[in-house]
Amino acid sequence: MPSAGQILSNRHLLAIEDLSRTEITTLLGLAESYVALNREVAKKRDTLRGRTLINLFFESSTRTQASFELAGKRLGADVMNMSVGNSSVKKGETLIDTAMTLNAMNPDLLVVRHQDSGAVSLLARKVGCSVINAGDGAHEHPTQALLDALTIQRRLGRIEGLTVAICGDILHSRVARSNIALLQKLGARVRLVAPKTLLPAAIGRLGPEVFHRMEDGLKDADVVMMLRLQMERMTGSFLPSTREFYRVYGLDAEKLALARPSAVVMHPGPMNRGVEIDSAVADDVERSLIQEQVEMGVAVRMAVLDALSRNLKNDDKGLWA
Amino acid sequence: MSRPIAFVNARLADPASGLDVAGGLLVRDGRIIDLGPSVFAAGLPDAEIVDCGGRVLAPGLVDLKVSTGEPGDEHRETIASAGRAAAAGGVTTIALQPDTTPPVDDPALVEYIARAPCTVRALPMAALTQGLRGEAMSEMALLAGAGAVAFTDGDRTVANTRVMRRALAYAATFDLLVAVHCEDPFLAEGGAMNEGETATRLGLPGIPAAAEAIIVERDIRLAEITGARLHIAQVSTAASLDAIARAKARGLPVTCAVSAAHLALNENDVGTYLTFRKLSPPLRSDDDRRAMAKAVEDGLIDAIVSSHDPQAPDTKRQPFAQAAFGGAGLETLLPVALTPFHDGRLSLCEALAKVTCDPARILRLADGTGTLARGARADLCLFDPGAPRSIRREDLLSRSKNTPFEGLHFQGRVWRSYVAGRLAHESPP
Repeated sequence: MPSAGQILSNRHLLAIEDLSRTEITTLLGLAESYVALNREVAKKRDTLRGRTLINLFFESSTRTQASFELAGKRLGADVMNMSVGNSSVKKGETLIDTAMTLNAMNPDLLVVRHQDSGAVSLLARKVGCSVINAGDGAHEHPTQALLDALTIQRRLGRIEGLTVAICGDILHSRVARSNIALLQKLGARVRLVAPKTLLPAAIGRLGPEVFHRMEDGLKDADVVMMLRLQMERMTGSFLPSTREFYRVYGLDAEKLALARPSAVVMHPGPMNRGVEIDSAVADDVERSLIQEQVEMGVAVRMAVLDALSRNLKNDDKGLWA
Repeated sequence: MSRPIAFVNARLADPASGLDVAGGLLVRDGRIIDLGPSVFAAGLPDAEIVDCGGRVLAPGLVDLKVSTGEPGDEHRETIASAGRAAAAGGVTTIALQPDTTPPVDDPALVEYIARAPCTVRALPMAALTQGLRGEAMSEMALLAGAGAVAFTDGDRTVANTRVMRRALAYAATFDLLVAVHCEDPFLAEGGAMNEGETATRLGLPGIPAAAEAIIVERDIRLAEITGARLHIAQVSTAASLDAIARAKARGLPVTCAVSAAHLALNENDVGTYLTFRKLSPPLRSDDDRRAMAKAVEDGLIDAIVSSHDPQAPDTKRQPFAQAAFGGAGLETLLPVALTPFHDGRLSLCEALAKVTCDPARILRLADGTGTLARGARADLCLFDPGAPRSIRREDLLSRSKNTPFEGLHFQGRVWRSYVAGRLAHESPP
């Protein structure tokens, strides 16, 4: 079980871009141990006893928030959830004011989701505790990429050398950016498959190979990672209709047949069934890892909280040394 | 009659004539009376003697693009505070943008701006369309009569091509200058920085370079069919320069300017969401930046502007996409303009022309502004071109301190500025 050795060189976890390959693999190794713990009856540890974790969500979330809450509680932390709906942000308080207010309450760990890219790192510069990015705009969602990597590694035994196709709404996706960074750091070949309207400019410069047809992008893929079509972020016309998107880019059995016979299917959730993914594929227990992703999510977040807490100063204020 | 001032031991630099020589200059009643290497050969007159200590004595800078928050947002910047910042930067003439609250689209407001107390000369620009709404043209003849030196909708592009055509045609009727901010509002909507690899990495919505070139091309076509004098207020992309080069080659009355920030910085300088570097137009690729620098050197770009538009601190302490566009620039215009001189690419006079006589010519200022000549207004800048300088926000006189150059190092420090023969600024030693 967890030792007290330092794992992360940084006080915060803001982006996969900031992590070294060693930090990633060490985190994944630690997460493996928590997978085993989470399957036992007695899941509770006292690693974070006395620590306070605040979930600060400016954007609504069910699974990520629940996952962090559970992870914190299983490690013995006091967990408080704050969502924007019942905070003073709606009364005109700025992000930094909110951060300073929370900081004055001496939390040890702050998990933040915000609709704007860079908002979490802005907040992190203003507080004394450790900050974990739970998704900022279209920038990064590092724990999602870590849990995806853990899921792949457990099923396929490795990440290096695999071909991973990330498909759909790349433009609005922080999950895609974090996964591109992480999978490439671990030696996977990343492909992106999307219509040109859903690809950010110069995305190929980040390393992945870009395809516009599922027939080309899925050929011989080991992992097919579908993204949620983020219709709530779409202002202006990106697609003619979800019906057409499903026909051309939706993952059904026929398109999945183009990938390797052993290929697995992933989705960060929540799914738009019949839009980017067909129910028969999503629910195929042989191919779909979507439920495992949720399970790995808790383990990975426990590992991240554990790792960051090792960098906390061990006095009653809990401030970083 | 005030006491004359005799500047001695100066390096005289007159960009309009190319004069660059050691000498002296005599000012009386706000005008330059005489200048040259041997002007005081017969002995010093009864005057206040200013020993320039070998510093450069040049015309005060003329800045074609300055925004203040007056009227309406005086907490950002007033005309008076912008005037102090200008004088500290060696800028003695500022053309004020009309995008205030309310916008300057009424002759009474033009008169208000022209009368506002200001250390340097503040020249009002007026709205091209009523309320800057891009729907109906403003009362251009009346506004010009009240003192408006040019017409512009500030940082807004008139989206409706027909409205733009009519506004240009009407301006051409009276031979008025129209300054345009070129950015297709539909392509730029929601964008926070230049579209490209950096924006993609940061997960920020981009503004494509084409958004500028499309409107530059459009407005040049409209200037051609209307005969209007068109000034492109800020160029930031190589593609826009191509269009402007073609227009100039056809002999159209088109001029353009680039901001100091776009000459010195590129999109990568946004770094980790530095909102002080969120500007409009956005900082572009380094290829674009180098194209701007080259166009300054070969004369395609007529002027360098500060694009001074300081923002209140709380509007910059925001997530990048939510933060305001714009930054302070008056106090950093001269050192950036001197860069090609220090790099050996332009002579001192050639470098200074882009911030003195050339912008004055665009505004058709008839009183010798931007030149050192007998009879010209005694707007002067005395500076040490080689003095090193680190840009620190706490040194700025602007009311809001957000400079995109924070922490950068330049050469060129203003010692004194004179406006119409009056001392407007003196730097502490």
